[in-house]
Amino acid sequence: MRWNGHRVTALIAGLDMAHRIEQHFRGAVTDAAPEAATVAVDRLIDVCTFLRDEPELRFEFLSSLTAVDRLEYFEVAYHLTSIRLNQMTAIKVRADGRENPKAPSVTSVWPGANLQEREAYDLMGIVFEGHPDMRRVFLWDGFAGHPLRKDYLNLPGGQMPGLERFPGEPGEPLGGRG
Amino acid sequence: MNPVSLSAGVASVTIKSEPFVVNLGPQHPSTHGVFRLRLTLDGERIIDADMVMGYLHRSMEKLAEERTYTQNIPFTDRTDYLAAMTGNLAYVLAVEQLCGIEAPERAHWLRTIMCELQRMASHCMAIGIFANDCGAWQTPVMHMMRDREKVLDLFEMACGARLTLNYMRIGGVSRDVPPEFMPAARKFIKEMPKKLDEYEDLLLENEIIVARSRHIGVLTPEQAMAHSVSGPMLRASGVAWDIRKADPYAAYGKVDFDIAVGTNGDVYDRFVVRIAEMRQSIRILEQALEMIPEGPVHAQLPTATVQPIGQPVAPLAIRPPVGEAYGRIESPRGELGFYLVSDGSPAPFRFHIRSPSYINLTPLRLMSIGATVADAIVILGSVDIVVGEVDR
Repeated sequence: MRWNGHRVTALIAGLDMAHRIEQHFRGAVTDAAPEAATVAVDRLIDVCTFLRDEPELRFEFLSSLTAVDRLEYFEVAYHLTSIRLNQMTAIKVRADGRENPKAPSVTSVWPGANLQEREAYDLMGIVFEGHPDMRRVFLWDGFAGHPLRKDYLNLPGGQMPGLERFPGEPGEPLGGRG
Repeated sequence: MNPVSLSAGVASVTIKSEPFVVNLGPQHPSTHGVFRLRLTLDGERIIDADMVMGYLHRSMEKLAEERTYTQNIPFTDRTDYLAAMTGNLAYVLAVEQLCGIEAPERAHWLRTIMCELQRMASHCMAIGIFANDCGAWQTPVMHMMRDREKVLDLFEMACGARLTLNYMRIGGVSRDVPPEFMPAARKFIKEMPKKLDEYEDLLLENEIIVARSRHIGVLTPEQAMAHSVSGPMLRASGVAWDIRKADPYAAYGKVDFDIAVGTNGDVYDRFVVRIAEMRQSIRILEQALEMIPEGPVHAQLPTATVQPIGQPVAPLAIRPPVGEAYGRIESPRGELGFYLVSDGSPAPFRFHIRSPSYINLTPLRLMSIGATVADAIVILGSVDIVVGEVDR
């Protein structure tokens, strides 16, 4: 129970996961944080297949796949669940370049990634290579740009979406937004 | 007269057919909202099914990046508008996980009670509309609307709203329930089992429903898990996975209930699992209404680093530390998750909704190919989508 300090689902932290991946795929982990291990783009499919099939891990259920615009790069976050062993973990992969960020599609490992990767392509503009049906899903085909990117609105002075402070908090005027 | 005699028995007769495209929706009673299913047919059989969605896309994930964490709570009512309480709860749990806030005990129990009431209201709609899809036009759905109405009356008593509730808060709930709530809730759960018996008598062994839904849209447990299907659809395939049991949140760890599981993974089992889940919700509510302690319903928030001028302080001013959190709960439709990334500012840097309605549609093409048009309607009905949550 989360509310008395203990979860029933075991959470495999990013550092532990990075260690386990590194034992099987030397050099595949590029970064490790407590939240998630970041995997090299070219090793992603091997690592995902390993996470799904390894008897101690058995992550057969892809809970969530989503992309984050980190300004310098794009990040795809995979939250994985093992129903058989009741455990969770998260891994990430970096897609470089703002023009044409690419990541391999994990639909061959988890078919459940199909619609989620299409959503990430539609809203964030990440092309998932090897996806069987890489089309927009919510927006129409002629739509310009990918609206969840931080620079989509092209605001004056390179302003990014977000709130620097609370409405009513002392400071410079918020410029009519927020 | 027909030039081709099919009963000739001399040689096999081939009838030439051409693919034919039928659009189900965006305005069609079976699509439960503005959702389009583009079916390619060969005769009566479906050879391809393409989903067209986005008609209700409001870009909540983008809007949320410019609003404070508290201001984002009403968005979660408007994704899954048939289950606003569970949407609220999933979001506030993710924020609480991000900030390390712990709600007081009474708030946990109130959340549990509200979510189970919401599950019953949502399943009432799912079952009623499903009966509609099977051809029991409007009568069963009115029976279920009658019972759902009682849940909405309870919600109105607790928070003043009936559909977009906005009841949960980061660190608790918005207010305690009035004294008349508990007796009214007890009366409701006392009456409800009889109503469920009535539903079962009316629908469960109904010949038309059985004929329309048995062995239709079958998903094996392996297929269901691989396609990230969750909720009653996954359990109907025989996978006993319920986040309320596997990873208890709110007060679910303190109540006793069973996971309703199906065997065949067909449309009929999804329908049976939903009725069985309503019985379990009654069990949870019976215990929760007895066990709920007295006490505060909102935690004293530790953060509040700034005090906005002329604003009431605590709940508005939440600045989570830099980091990220994935909070998930078992909504009536499945695993509802919120992935939040914080950069330390008052608004989320990234706000992603893992919506079960959307992801449960992944195997729709797989389930529909080879079926008939009439089957496609009940298959879509059994997924129990809410288009507000599909498109967000």
